[in-house]
Amino acid sequence: MEKVKKEKEKKYLSNRAKIWRRYKKHKLGMFGGLVVLLLLVLSIFAPFFSPYDYTKPNYEGAYMPPQPLNFKDETGKFNLIPFTYGIKQGMDPETWARTFEINPEQKYKLKFMIRGWDYELFGIFKSNLHLFGVEKGGSFHPFGTDKLGRDIFSRIIFGSRISIFIAFFGSLLSAVIGSLVGGISGYFSGKTDLFIQRIIEMFQLFPQLPLMMALSAAIPTTWPPILIFIGIVVVLSLIQWTFLAREVRAIVLSYREQEFVKAAQALGANHLYIIIRHVIPNCLSHIIVVMTLTIPSLILAESTLSYLGLGIQPPMVSWGVLLQEASNIQTIGQHPWIMIPGAFIFFTVLSINFFGDGVRDALDPKSN
Amino acid sequence: MSKEALVEVKNLQTYFYTEEGVVKAVDGVDYEIYPGETLGIVGESGCGKSVTSLSIMRLVESPPGKIEGGEINFQGKDLTKLSEKEMRKIRGNDISMIFQEPMTSLNPVYTVGDQIIEAIMLHKGVKRKEARQQAIEMLQKVGIPLPEQRVDEYPHQLSGGMRQRVMIAMALSCDPQLLIADEPTTALDVTIQAQILELMNSLKESYGMAIMMITHDLGVIAEVSDRVAVMYAGKVVEYTDVDSLFEDPKHPYTWGLMNSIPKLDKDVERLEAIPGSVPSPLNFPEGCKFNTRCPLAEGKCFTDEPELIDAEAGHKVRCWRYKDLEEIKARGERIYADQGVKE
Repeated sequence: MEKVKKEKEKKYLSNRAKIWRRYKKHKLGMFGGLVVLLLLVLSIFAPFFSPYDYTKPNYEGAYMPPQPLNFKDETGKFNLIPFTYGIKQGMDPETWARTFEINPEQKYKLKFMIRGWDYELFGIFKSNLHLFGVEKGGSFHPFGTDKLGRDIFSRIIFGSRISIFIAFFGSLLSAVIGSLVGGISGYFSGKTDLFIQRIIEMFQLFPQLPLMMALSAAIPTTWPPILIFIGIVVVLSLIQWTFLAREVRAIVLSYREQEFVKAAQALGANHLYIIIRHVIPNCLSHIIVVMTLTIPSLILAESTLSYLGLGIQPPMVSWGVLLQEASNIQTIGQHPWIMIPGAFIFFTVLSINFFGDGVRDALDPKSN
Repeated sequence: MSKEALVEVKNLQTYFYTEEGVVKAVDGVDYEIYPGETLGIVGESGCGKSVTSLSIMRLVESPPGKIEGGEINFQGKDLTKLSEKEMRKIRGNDISMIFQEPMTSLNPVYTVGDQIIEAIMLHKGVKRKEARQQAIEMLQKVGIPLPEQRVDEYPHQLSGGMRQRVMIAMALSCDPQLLIADEPTTALDVTIQAQILELMNSLKESYGMAIMMITHDLGVIAEVSDRVAVMYAGKVVEYTDVDSLFEDPKHPYTWGLMNSIPKLDKDVERLEAIPGSVPSPLNFPEGCKFNTRCPLAEGKCFTDEPELIDAEAGHKVRCWRYKDLEEIKARGERIYADQGVKE
């Protein structure tokens, strides 16, 4: 019997293996997946990857441009370990603009696994270990600093935490609401369906941005950060669930005719039980795909809200909050590097979309 | 039969209210099912046989369907009057059902074990571990080899016959008193059909339950039923025990059905067929509903609807001219278009 079992395993790929094989074929999806994974790791272990404390101002180094890493020094000698130069802030006597002068005498080598500022990971593990930094006395701001001299790179990493997690929980919540409402709508069909669909249309008829703004303006700014976070998640999912509900309803309409639904009824199961246990699990692959594709739009929505000052409030950072600083032309003209968070939004949204496409193709058995 | 009936259906009327009009899918059906017996319900597509069974389960989709009248007495309760909640307790516990299409009647995302366990846990309130043990036993009872392994397999890994066995195991897992089988063998090939029917027969005996077998296949009826109700256009047209039905069909429709089956002992060039098809339920003819196709229809048949009357003891028929049919049969004639019989 053991032999038979082994033989079987050899012959058939499990469904999971098939999905994985199809996913691997999707090059863009693979790429997107890797970027998403990287972003997740970055945001989960944000303090470890940040060379500086993202909230700590440094008035000596405001609006410092991105600092390059140098391999060759001024004499043209090649160093295996890259270094940064010491920087002295000055002021142009005519324009009063800040200037940063390189001091070629001071060199600070790049170091990995360096001890730096103290942090608590997940509020439990105390540490001061960081992936990289430069020797004491020097500074290394790969993306420059903002108006208070805070390291933009660290702020982006911490911002990704909020931006990605808001989008993730938002799409999770909208998936739960959407699949439940869509499931009920499709399962009962008839008048219930008609009613729910009209409500969904009412939600969709509202112009999204003003609705979102109105809802988030209702969140008191005096709330503690975690409540604001939850509030934004709820607002975003209130906007997004309708699309998923539509999708789920359409699939459920076809599943409700299947005999296993009748069979479950004949065994005495009640409607809600059948919807949750039998109908929705059959739509799960669709739900996962829609969820993945919802995340990028939620990242954008959150950024929009925060950019307009209605979402995440400082001192919490999200990518939208960071971009808020880039909201006037003078600042952008003088310090273009504060727009770098925008590039992060762009690439994140793009890669999650690729990832979602890959997942969709992998989960669709007909794409074989 | 002197025993008390397990299910007594009296003048059941199930109508569907559609945009085109009222469809009287089941219109005054009476029958009884006794404990431990198999009642066969036979008829062609659209004659209302499935709707009767769904009416007993109260699973007729509403709207558009509605049980308009009649009684379904089961253990002293009228099922048509129970609340949805009370009905849910009866489904699965006292009355179970298996369906035509074993391919779709199991949920593809759960293992077969999960689905049987679910049913057992739902009704018996036992722990998961115990339910799993019972599920394996049930699989064994329905003749699935290696039940310990099969219990963890998904429906797509099983063949159609296996799936139907699983469905039976699921339906029987809570010891129902009545099993409604809605064309359980239609989607299976002939050898598997025979196996499944044999299985149902033996399970019926060991469980002492009653079976309501719905089919359009007279062969299936002959094999498993004790008594038979022949349905046509939402009404029972002949109702008797299986032997007298096959030996002495009294309704022209039943007779037509019998003659349309190839027989081993007769060499027939062409089989007889009942001409035409079932009239649309939206406009049934006046009088006897079979009059559009019946070669014996005349006068009264077009104006008055016959009652289901006792032609002999225990042999009911709904026909004005069943006595004339007797004579025709006695003369050895055929009523449906003669198409050259070679003896």
